[in-house]
Amino acid sequence: MYSEKVMEHFRNPRNVGEIENPDGVGEVGNPVCGDVMKITIRVNHDRIDDVKFQTLGCGAAIATSSMVTEMAMGKKLDEAMTISKQAVAEALDGLPPAKMHCSVLAADGLHAAIEDYRARQNRKEEQA
Amino acid sequence: MKTIYLDHAATTPTDREVVAAMTPYFTDKFGNPSTLYGVGREAKAAIEEAREKVASLLGADPGEVFFTSGGTESDNQALVGIVYANEKKGNHLITCAIEHHAVLDTAEFLKRRGFEATILPVDKYGMVDPEDVRRAINGKTVLVSIMHANNEVGTVQPVAEIGKIAREAGVAFHTDAVQTFGHLPIDVNAMKIDLLSISGHKLYGPKGVGAIYIRKGTRIIPFMHGGGQESRRRAGTHNVPGIVGLGKAAEIAAVEMGSEEAHLSILRDELIASILERVEDVRLNGHPTERLPNNINVCIEGAEGEAMLLSLDMEGICVSSGSACTSGTLNPSHVLLAMGIPAEIAHGSLRVTLGRSTTKKEIDYLLEVLPPIVERLRKMSPLKRTR
Repeated sequence: MYSEKVMEHFRNPRNVGEIENPDGVGEVGNPVCGDVMKITIRVNHDRIDDVKFQTLGCGAAIATSSMVTEMAMGKKLDEAMTISKQAVAEALDGLPPAKMHCSVLAADGLHAAIEDYRARQNRKEEQA
Repeated sequence: MKTIYLDHAATTPTDREVVAAMTPYFTDKFGNPSTLYGVGREAKAAIEEAREKVASLLGADPGEVFFTSGGTESDNQALVGIVYANEKKGNHLITCAIEHHAVLDTAEFLKRRGFEATILPVDKYGMVDPEDVRRAINGKTVLVSIMHANNEVGTVQPVAEIGKIAREAGVAFHTDAVQTFGHLPIDVNAMKIDLLSISGHKLYGPKGVGAIYIRKGTRIIPFMHGGGQESRRRAGTHNVPGIVGLGKAAEIAAVEMGSEEAHLSILRDELIASILERVEDVRLNGHPTERLPNNINVCIEGAEGEAMLLSLDMEGICVSSGSACTSGTLNPSHVLLAMGIPAEIAHGSLRVTLGRSTTKKEIDYLLEVLPPIVERLRKMSPLKRTR
């Protein structure tokens, strides 16, 4: 039911972990619905220098998290914001229909981390 | 890599002796049992022999056993057939929250058609209280349907007590025995069962065949209409090879059942004890003693069921889970939720069901690979466990 690419990312997930003192954090999902995801980013000159994920969830949730970090790595923030759930699913050679919500979660997690970074920047500017 | 199959509640491999018994009925003995000539009579004799074997494992009369396409059809037949046949008497049926969907969804269907259904709760072990059944019976009740043993958590229900209560109230009693027929002793008279569902492939028989026991004198309408097969109770040309296979499987089970139960319950208890010992934050689901001899069901906190299942599959081990991702819906297993297990815990459920061929070595291998799998998934999780 899963593509070989999903299984490959499930077996060898990229960028697992948590960045210390991150520039942005995105937390999405909740334990009741079964998937929880946390994405941390390091930003340098408006570019994602490093990105890591932690996920509690099914095979698709882990594979989409891994894929989204791979896609976001090194991208400009504006570019990273345009990574869509469809793009994540397509990069994994598709997901079963019931699993599409996992790719939403992964993309949402990344976008939340970027928004968190931007909110922090705004606060810094206001304080300055 | 050798496959270690530990999902016998899902299906069992067809016994080679069963396949051998079935094979002639595809080719040489292909006749339609409803015909009068030689090959037809031969097929007819074969299905009657199978009927006797199934009946004898139930303590029933062969004339009370009817062949169907499987457990789902038998459950549908029991509920719909009884309720529609007794419309003059009443419109109420009683079942419980952890039934298989073949019963629960049929009860829901009947509710939408204007019937009333009481869905009884279960306790934290998945056990129905017979007194709840007694209290739920009213003047309009026509059927009580409580499964013999639960397919997910393995809890064995007090069916004899429930049967007695239903009998005293003059209400028909159906039990879904898909997980127990051929595995645990059943006596339809002692247990006061009026209808019982059987599936062939859960006891090393073929898929696509099952049976329903209907006590003589029970008011029921047929589910399938057409030819007059099965004493007009179930129309449709007989699945002769399948029926022969089910009969053979019942014959083998009658011999193997006792030793199989003893062998599996030892392995089961060892496996439960070892998982609880080797993995932290694990709880056993289902009843500690009143459970199927082959069933192990646990919730492992901080690891998701499908992720564990896929990881075990990578080691060649086949198991199942009641997580949302494996139930095909967005919710985890209705059985675990009905037992009061919080959704966030239910997502980490893992079901291991042993079979006739399961060895100690296979169990040991599972115990060797499971802890590092859980460890890896927990490390990947953003939730910090409290302990």
